[in-house]
Amino acid sequence: MVQYEPVIGLEIHAQLRTRTKLFCACPAEYGAEPNEHVCPTCLGLPGALPVLNQSAVELAVRAALALECQIAERSVFARKNYFYPDSPKGYQISQYTEPIALGGALTIDVEGQARRIGITRVHMEEDAGKSVHGAAGDSLIDLNRAGVPLIEIVSEPELYSSTEAAAYMKALRDVLVYLGVNDGNLEQGSLRCDANVSLRPVGSTTLGTRAELKNLNSFRFLARAIEVEIARQTSVLDGGGQVVQETRSYDPERNLTRSLRSKEDAHDYRYFPDPDLPPLRLDAAWISAERARVGELPRAKRQRYEAELGLPAATAATLTAHPATARLFEAALARLDQPVLVANWIVTEVLRGAELHGIDARFTVSAEQLAELLGLLADGRINGAQAKEVFAAMENTARQPGDVVAERGMQRLSGEALRPLCVAAIADSPSQAAAYRAGKRNILGYFVGRVMKASGGAADAKAVSELLEALLAE
Amino acid sequence: MSESVPSLVSGVQAGRLSAEALTEGALGVIERAGPLNAFLHVDGEGARAAARGLDERRVRGDELGPLAGIPIAVKDSLCTQGMPTTAASRSLTRDGSARSGWRPPYDATVVSRLRAAGAVIVAKTNQDELAMGSSSENSAFGAVKNPWDLARTPGGSSGGSAAAVACRATPLALGSDTGGSIRQPAALCGVVGIKPTYGRVSRYGLIAFGSSLDQVGPLATDVRSAARLLGVLSGHDPLDSTSATVPVDDYEAACERGARGLRIGVPSEYFASGLSPEVERAVRAGLDALRDAGATIVDVELPHTRYGVATYYVLATAEASSNLARLDGVRFGLRVEAERGNLDGLYGASRSAGFGREVQRRILLGTFVLSSGYYDAYYAKAQRVRALVARDFERAFARVDAIAAPTSPTVAFRLGERLTDPLAMYLADVYTLPASLAGLPALSVPAGLSTATDADPALPVGLQLIGPAFAEASLLALAACVEAACPPSTPEPWA
Amino acid sequence: MSIEQHDVRHLARLAKLALDEPDIPALATELARIVEYVAELAAVDTTGVEPWLPGAVPAAPLRPDTPARGLSAELALDQAPRRRERAFAVPAFVDDE
Repeated sequence: MVQYEPVIGLEIHAQLRTRTKLFCACPAEYGAEPNEHVCPTCLGLPGALPVLNQSAVELAVRAALALECQIAERSVFARKNYFYPDSPKGYQISQYTEPIALGGALTIDVEGQARRIGITRVHMEEDAGKSVHGAAGDSLIDLNRAGVPLIEIVSEPELYSSTEAAAYMKALRDVLVYLGVNDGNLEQGSLRCDANVSLRPVGSTTLGTRAELKNLNSFRFLARAIEVEIARQTSVLDGGGQVVQETRSYDPERNLTRSLRSKEDAHDYRYFPDPDLPPLRLDAAWISAERARVGELPRAKRQRYEAELGLPAATAATLTAHPATARLFEAALARLDQPVLVANWIVTEVLRGAELHGIDARFTVSAEQLAELLGLLADGRINGAQAKEVFAAMENTARQPGDVVAERGMQRLSGEALRPLCVAAIADSPSQAAAYRAGKRNILGYFVGRVMKASGGAADAKAVSELLEALLAE
Repeated sequence: MSESVPSLVSGVQAGRLSAEALTEGALGVIERAGPLNAFLHVDGEGARAAARGLDERRVRGDELGPLAGIPIAVKDSLCTQGMPTTAASRSLTRDGSARSGWRPPYDATVVSRLRAAGAVIVAKTNQDELAMGSSSENSAFGAVKNPWDLARTPGGSSGGSAAAVACRATPLALGSDTGGSIRQPAALCGVVGIKPTYGRVSRYGLIAFGSSLDQVGPLATDVRSAARLLGVLSGHDPLDSTSATVPVDDYEAACERGARGLRIGVPSEYFASGLSPEVERAVRAGLDALRDAGATIVDVELPHTRYGVATYYVLATAEASSNLARLDGVRFGLRVEAERGNLDGLYGASRSAGFGREVQRRILLGTFVLSSGYYDAYYAKAQRVRALVARDFERAFARVDAIAAPTSPTVAFRLGERLTDPLAMYLADVYTLPASLAGLPALSVPAGLSTATDADPALPVGLQLIGPAFAEASLLALAACVEAACPPSTPEPWA
Repeated sequence: MSIEQHDVRHLARLAKLALDEPDIPALATELARIVEYVAELAAVDTTGVEPWLPGAVPAAPLRPDTPARGLSAELALDQAPRRRERAFAVPAFVDDE
């Protein structure tokens, strides 16, 4: 029996996080009442014309630069002609022969191995409207989404398993969310994936006939759909049959893919340059400036955190999952050079109360507050329990940790302030002190416990035991 | 109404004339002009209200615009908010009648500019359906007739606008020109018509035919009136990505500049076989007038002229096939549901019931030239030939300031004469297409009448002037010289 | 290239035109004549010639990303041949795009 290997390429549509649509000033936001965000242009009224959104161009370029693409100094918008009720003009404005970016790569990590997946192209296009089916024999058309800006990111067919495909989509989402290009919200359709799946005999280098799986809009469905499609194609080939080039949809309930009826003429889109839009021209200097603005990407950050700051892999991954978290970490680190301490506090304390929605983030403390607090802790001026208390007290306030510590009378329990408590503890237990001095060192814990109790739990245990050791050695 | 627009506007501004009286005058002529079938919608009420408003503002001492009180007719291809806008197509009606026409929720930019300038929009004019035609016979609402001879076409596609000005219903009208649709009817009706440089006037709100060719422009009784209107229409529009930011010249001042020192090229390709001797005689007389006014006349060559018609019909129909896809019976316009519950049936039935035969023919042609396997041989090839047509002009304009030629090879032809032969109809545009392809400004100015014979009455001849991009001012200077030698005339019944 | 009747049917399907069957032969003849005429373009030497682009606006202008009020849903739907509440209504269809 011939052994087959799957070859997968992904086409991912990502909605750009702009305020307005790609070619008109209607709001691009999700969730309005039907046909609330429409104008002559996105309704496709006769005579209305498109004007390109600057911010959409910037976001598309930012994404393409992060994907190491070559940005085209000239790109062309074309019309893709087809009739569909949610495509109000009877054509979609997209980029075809001259896209905004070509030839990049995205590095993904699969089972501890890094793999560079080629990016064929990135192009800009407008979204279609939404149809709701089944109301008394009618389909209902809402054009709020019509004209919302998208980029389509096309990978090379260089993914060889459903796991790799899912890892690619996750990595892409991380990058796009990190850059603020996309809100990462799969449920609302901000990121939509089509997968081209084909099989070839192991060892072969030519591609087999592919099926295109449409609208795989979660990581789980993406992986499962690819798996069942690989199984389907394998049984077709094993049975002596041939895979037909077609579009298929995934039915998650029955966990199978099925052919979408393809109309005879469905594929002649009659692309031609849109005469309403002159070519988009980007200046080389502007592209360089944008390249500088993209900065360090999550994967590179993660590697640096591990290699240079000595953070564990899991911690580094958590810190780099959201740009705001990484920014908070780096800002705190700039004030207090204790990477492990700062990282652990962010992961365990700060993220617990944080609200991260897409690109938007809200933390309960600032980097300044966190750094000052951890400075007090590192200096032993307060202990871990006190630090948590101070943290809780300053959350969602502008209060400084030092003020909280002073107000709650915590400082006297650090440093020299501990001496009277330790001296008293030794004086109160002369027999235990003698035993210690006779060599029973583990009795130190007894003294520490007494001092801690006397301090109401507010003393720094490490400082207490150091001071007790010194006093008992006298 | 023989006064020019600048003088009428001064009259209104000074209180010598009232906007209301001018509007009543226009509405009266429109009513008498019924047999011309030049108007699809007459907005008497709206026009009277606008005119009264202007007169009241004058009494209050308000500043009135550069078209204060001037009645104007607007081609039905232009969106007018709340007023029926059909482009003479059933597809833009609810039930096939002009009165059930689509009412756009917005004004075309040129219409907003007219309103802001104080013009009074009295009517929407009939045309070839969706601007496809050269005779205004392809209207879903009946052919327009030429005020000079009711048995003849006014030309097209802006035939209603040309007829409106020719019969002196309004001194001004708006047309649109894709391959000659302002200039050719202007020539056949004996009025002035200007197709501006591509990008000079906003296309926002013009129902698109061939987007890379379409321009809105003035039709007017005389050169100075046309210049006034062109000044109002011109200028950058942020709603149109193809709208130029080039500053607008003083077109009225240009009309007084004269022809002295200007070099005019005469292309032999425009005086070739197919040109009627009467047209040639009148155009050559116009050239003599320009020479007498101090211009130098030289020969130029435009060798790719002969490919203009083929190039144009590939590109314009390709763009049209896509532009007209939005007329699908879903959001506005005609819907026919052959059988309930069939979306494809809705599209097919609505579009076939909505479009006339010529429009369907051009949609099919445009679909063909873009379709898989033919794109390179037709569409892509035509865009390259278009570049050669433009290069011809560039070379000529290195030597001359303007090119003079006939606008149309013949005077107005008889209604029905070319309807059965689409290609013969396309050839009516042979002299106007090249400037459209190159995106250059061009105008038609009356150059007198043909000689009357037993068979034919005397009919207007137009002289076409083509200039380099954004050189509308020099064209107007020259046109004013032609006009001085051949003053505008009005057809007998409307004089 | 000549246009045959089946080509006309194919083009009509792409363009969503429901042609009357008796009209098709005449349309095929007319289109064939026009296509034959425009085929003269093949004779033009366009070696090294770039497709035409309008000179007046060489680059697409960019619009600031500032929202503006468009049409109310009421105005947007006002001219619809059929609507249901706030949506345009068409015969039910299956999503297969």
